Amino acid sequence: MIQAIAFYLFAAVVLLSAALTITARNPVHAVLWLILAFFNAAGLMVLVGAEFIAMLLVIVYVGAVAVLFLFVVMMMDVDFAQLRAGFARYAVIGLAFAVALAAEIMIGVGAYSAGAIQLARRAAPVAENVPNIVALGSLLYTRYLFVFEGAGLVLLVAMIGAIVLTHRERAGTRPQNVTRQVMRRPGDATRNVKPAVGQGVEL
Amino acid sequence: MTDFFQTTVGLPFGWAWFVATIVGILVIALPLMLAVAMIIYADRKIWAAMALRRGPNVVGPFGLLQSFADGLKVFLQETIVPAAANKGLFLLAPIITFTVALIVWAVVPFSPGVLLSNINVGLLYVLAASSLGVYGIILAGWASNSKYPFYSAIRAAAQMVSYEVALGFILICMVMWAGSFNLTTIVEAQRNTLGIHINGFGINPLLFPMSIMFLISGMAETGRAPFDLTEAESELVAGYQTEYSSMSFALYWLGEYANVILMCALNATLFWGGYLPPIDWAPLYAVPGILWLFAKILFFFFVFSWVKATVPRYRYDQLMRLGWKVFLPVSLFWVFLVSTVLMFYRVGSPL
Repeated sequence: MIQAIAFYLFAAVVLLSAALTITARNPVHAVLWLILAFFNAAGLMVLVGAEFIAMLLVIVYVGAVAVLFLFVVMMMDVDFAQLRAGFARYAVIGLAFAVALAAEIMIGVGAYSAGAIQLARRAAPVAENVPNIVALGSLLYTRYLFVFEGAGLVLLVAMIGAIVLTHRERAGTRPQNVTRQVMRRPGDATRNVKPAVGQGVEL
Repeated sequence: MTDFFQTTVGLPFGWAWFVATIVGILVIALPLMLAVAMIIYADRKIWAAMALRRGPNVVGPFGLLQSFADGLKVFLQETIVPAAANKGLFLLAPIITFTVALIVWAVVPFSPGVLLSNINVGLLYVLAASSLGVYGIILAGWASNSKYPFYSAIRAAAQMVSYEVALGFILICMVMWAGSFNLTTIVEAQRNTLGIHINGFGINPLLFPMSIMFLISGMAETGRAPFDLTEAESELVAGYQTEYSSMSFALYWLGEYANVILMCALNATLFWGGYLPPIDWAPLYAVPGILWLFAKILFFFFVFSWVKATVPRYRYDQLMRLGWKVFLPVSLFWVFLVSTVLMFYRVGSPL
């Protein structure tokens, strides 16, 4: 009973906030609706018993990705009129994407209800009482170790690539020498003088 | 508690669970509010003592009621919403901060088995909730539609995201040693650490540096001095709370201190044995676990206050440098180190 209520609550909020994400006039509001959608998706994950994925969804997407999103969107000076003007131009393409996604979902649901696919090697069934993290960890670090590390490598390369593409040495920058700052003592910068009467201080 | 409502009161399981949870939330949240009021008083007293002042000493005996007087004053003020502000988000932001500061307490174990929700992913829940805390500040800064709060919001976003990365790695070291994300299991794993009858991972020479880094990251994460650049009064007036008044301001105030107490509780729970007595000696277990936890929370709060009273504020580039160039590499290296040690210690040499 309470599961059903929770499911319909989370599902309804996900759909509603997803719809509001694309219709919101203000980009910051759009990102906030997106965050609400993430959050309720995490709630749905908890309902199916995938608490680890749910927490990961909140930590990674809500806590890191969406913050950076918000960061960028808040800094942008968005011209709303210009944003609206593009709507008609992209409506056709957007509609095509929407139709394609809807078709894919329908095919997916059809395939799912037709029965499971027969794989040559299947993931080992996991005992009911094993926590999510243990089950996921024991698969990721044994059977799927190379795939997992490969994925990590791809991400590392992507990160280094992004840094290489955007980082440029500008001439004339004066980077801080932190060691010098830390080593500096009051004696290096100040001087205690006692000038005689009638004489100034030499700097 | 569900059992009590089921057997004694005679409710069906669903309702018993519901009532028990509501009661549990109240039993945690209401004393927490009282604790926040008293801890603000303690903070001001400690701070005053270190500055050779008296601190609050007028309202009530020894000034004990100062926080309540402040609360009442703030409650009676007018809530001002700037004309150019984004009204909905402006009022939502302090509520988010305050709520996020409270929800984490659901997984903090106060005594063996005494906690609201004993979930397997307790520590991840803590991380998830603490990563939400930044939204209260970002939204406040943006919705105020004012320059200084906006600068503060940008600073807060960068600061909290940077320190969360290091915080994650620090906690992974501790989790590997404990072998669980469940906070109760983590506390129990600290019983008799290293076989020298001391309860707490902090005594482990490998995890001790991590406990110190966790304390410092915790200060950065809660925006306490010396990392309080989000509300640096010399540069940003009052930072993200500049435009706030009355109860919306009070919610930030309460939320901030609730967060600080929470950080102290996490320090105590994750590295210093939580509800276990400091020494693994039978007579000490006669004292209820909750008192040990409180004692440890108060100790860490004193450290937080001490740092606030004595350490000057960091520069922003120093803050970023500490997070990305010191804590991140060191904690990442420590993950390798701890996993290597555990490999030999628990599994045996792979060679």
